[in-house]
Amino acid sequence: MEQIINNSNWLPVAFAAIMGLAILAYVILDGYDLGVGILINKANDFEKDLMIASIGPFWDANETWLVLGVGILLVAFPIAHGEILTALYLPVCIMIFGLILRGVAFDFRIKAQDKHKKWWNQCFFIGSLIAALAQGYMLGMYILGFKQQFQDILFSIMSAICLAAGYCLIGSSWLIMKTQDQLQKKAVLWANISLKFTALGLALVSISTPWISLRIFNKWFSMPNFIILLPIPLFTGLILIVLYFILKNMKNNNINFPWIPFAGSVVIFMLAFNGLCYSFYPYIIPDKMTIWQAASAESSLMIIFIGTIIVLPCIIGYTFFAYKVFWGKVKIENQ
Amino acid sequence: MIGSTDLSRIQFAANITFHILFPTINLALAWILVFFQQRYNKTGDKKWMNAYKLWVKIFALSFALGVVSGVTMSFQFGTNWPGFMKTVGNIAGPLLGYEVLTAFFLEATFLGIMLYGYGKVSNKVHSLATILVALGTSLSAFWIIVLNSWMHTPIGYKMVDGVAHATNWLEIIFNPSMFYRLFHMMLASGLTVSFLIAGISCYRWLKNDKTESVIISLKTGLYLAAILIPIQIFVGDSLGLNSLKYQPAKIAAIEGIWKTEKSVPLLLFAIPDGKNKTNSYELKIPKMASLLLTHDLNGEIKGLNTFNGNYPPVAPVFFAFRIMAGVGFLMFAVSWIASWQMYRHNKIKDFLAKILVIMTFSGWVATVAGWYVTEIGRQPFLVQGILRTSDAVSSVSQKMVASTLAIYISIYVVLIISYISTIFYMTRREMNTEGGQPLTM
Repeated sequence: MEQIINNSNWLPVAFAAIMGLAILAYVILDGYDLGVGILINKANDFEKDLMIASIGPFWDANETWLVLGVGILLVAFPIAHGEILTALYLPVCIMIFGLILRGVAFDFRIKAQDKHKKWWNQCFFIGSLIAALAQGYMLGMYILGFKQQFQDILFSIMSAICLAAGYCLIGSSWLIMKTQDQLQKKAVLWANISLKFTALGLALVSISTPWISLRIFNKWFSMPNFIILLPIPLFTGLILIVLYFILKNMKNNNINFPWIPFAGSVVIFMLAFNGLCYSFYPYIIPDKMTIWQAASAESSLMIIFIGTIIVLPCIIGYTFFAYKVFWGKVKIENQ
Repeated sequence: MIGSTDLSRIQFAANITFHILFPTINLALAWILVFFQQRYNKTGDKKWMNAYKLWVKIFALSFALGVVSGVTMSFQFGTNWPGFMKTVGNIAGPLLGYEVLTAFFLEATFLGIMLYGYGKVSNKVHSLATILVALGTSLSAFWIIVLNSWMHTPIGYKMVDGVAHATNWLEIIFNPSMFYRLFHMMLASGLTVSFLIAGISCYRWLKNDKTESVIISLKTGLYLAAILIPIQIFVGDSLGLNSLKYQPAKIAAIEGIWKTEKSVPLLLFAIPDGKNKTNSYELKIPKMASLLLTHDLNGEIKGLNTFNGNYPPVAPVFFAFRIMAGVGFLMFAVSWIASWQMYRHNKIKDFLAKILVIMTFSGWVATVAGWYVTEIGRQPFLVQGILRTSDAVSSVSQKMVASTLAIYISIYVVLIISYISTIFYMTRREMNTEGGQPLTM
């Protein structure tokens, strides 16, 4: 173990970090628009248009983070890419079917004939839901190292529901921030419910992961790691409680700081993600293959690394610009 | 029963066939949108803005379909073809990485501003966003063609323990067939879009919508097609000569030449018979193939017998090539006659307009047929001379691949039908509200 970590080649670590960043960005950014998709059926027709208008300018770029994440896996860790995706063949395909359906429904629902709009709305909902569930399922499978026993599948289903609930939380928080009046009040209600499911899911996954994997148990529950890592679950719990009270307050009173739930959800996602990363490092396939074993040739990694450190700041820069352009409450222009 | 390798091939072929339809449109359409917008900025004439408004919607729809099918491909590399990245990942990886980093984010982010930002940003920034989207799509085409052409004409690498390592990136990027393939694809896109625009404009024309924005769109489409088609025939021919040098088996399959011969005739039609290694029902022009490929009536062309069985299935390559070339020459005739009419009389005969409506998606047929020629023509290799397709396939079971394949194909069929019918529906809706539509989605 020591030997592996002391490896002089730092490039795989850098790429693991960049990949982590891309996946985190994906989960947060596409997370909110998938969440909005899952919630779409709870709104009336006018609100549906508003909800979709709030994510319209962003969803495409949001999904590109997934391509970057899987792209880095492909580029920097080609062997792991093949192994992971082969092992997750079916859930990956199901996720893709979901992403295809929702991605095209965005455009078709407005452009196709009115009588088909309902149908495309339905595609948007189902696509978002199965994409979220498939991602959560894959996460579960990944945590357990792709085992296919009954309890592993059960765990993965739990993780699927947890992630979908998390997406609903961040999606409804997005709507609280981007909309007003009735839809905003509805979003508070949705956020309230999804918060409870997210909390339950996080608790279940956090408790059962070390139970199932001895390695992860040792990593978390040995001294002094336990003390150093304690802030992660503590902070997560604290934010969940604070959010609970803020949302409760929003239900009955004026909404003064509509961005707080969104910021809170983002922090929860970041903390959970940190916890996961800590559990896995330095493995890219849990307990089987480290990032060094899976890495591409050093010269190839260097070529992309140079490009990445030049281009990634630009991408982050113009992403911020796009968010600035569409800052504020969403409105529907006369169609 | 079909094996899992062939099923994976069919699945990837289905996916890439579906995917290529949309970038083929968007690659050139993005620049046409830049053209419409710049004309509007210069002249202030509303007809250019009206043309922009319709085509930007079609662009957005095509973009969405391109994105979702593109995401699918990035995953299918791993789910179905792990051997590809294992063997040539050190070269394919950086090329794909640069595509994502320099192109995908650029186009996706500025597309948001291009579609939803009108009125929220200044006209200057909006025009810049349109240009950046066009630049992004072209960059994306550049990187993927670099990778694809390297798979046909690999260079600048060395093999260490069965894995390719890059030795010279400039050689890899500017590999011997790259520029031919890049221009061939760019021109294919230009032709596909010009026939799409001409077809849709003729559809409006036939429905008695002869507004100025229809006429300028029709002219843009027709003139562009008339200019591009001769260039395309020339570039296609040059690519053929390039393949003769680097992939002679592909050329032998295209021409249906089973045995090395001199004074080879050009087969206009035949039915290649792989079992008996001969053709039946040949319709040929004597010595023409030798003349075209070697510029000598008595030139010798290598036949399939010289490749020790390492040659592609002949019939699909042979027929796909004839479909591509046939559509190409049809495009030549139609675009020139129609352009001439438009130029002389500023109108188009109904009969010709009907033909153009039928040919709305003819660019797709030629492009897909062309890709089949080049990709099937590389078989049995995935990367010419380095990696066989059968060695790259994943261990996923046949049943699993068969079931996902069935779902993919059903989704794609539904989406293509929806796409085509929606484009015509949007056109009809546009006709009823000409000029009254806001630019937002």
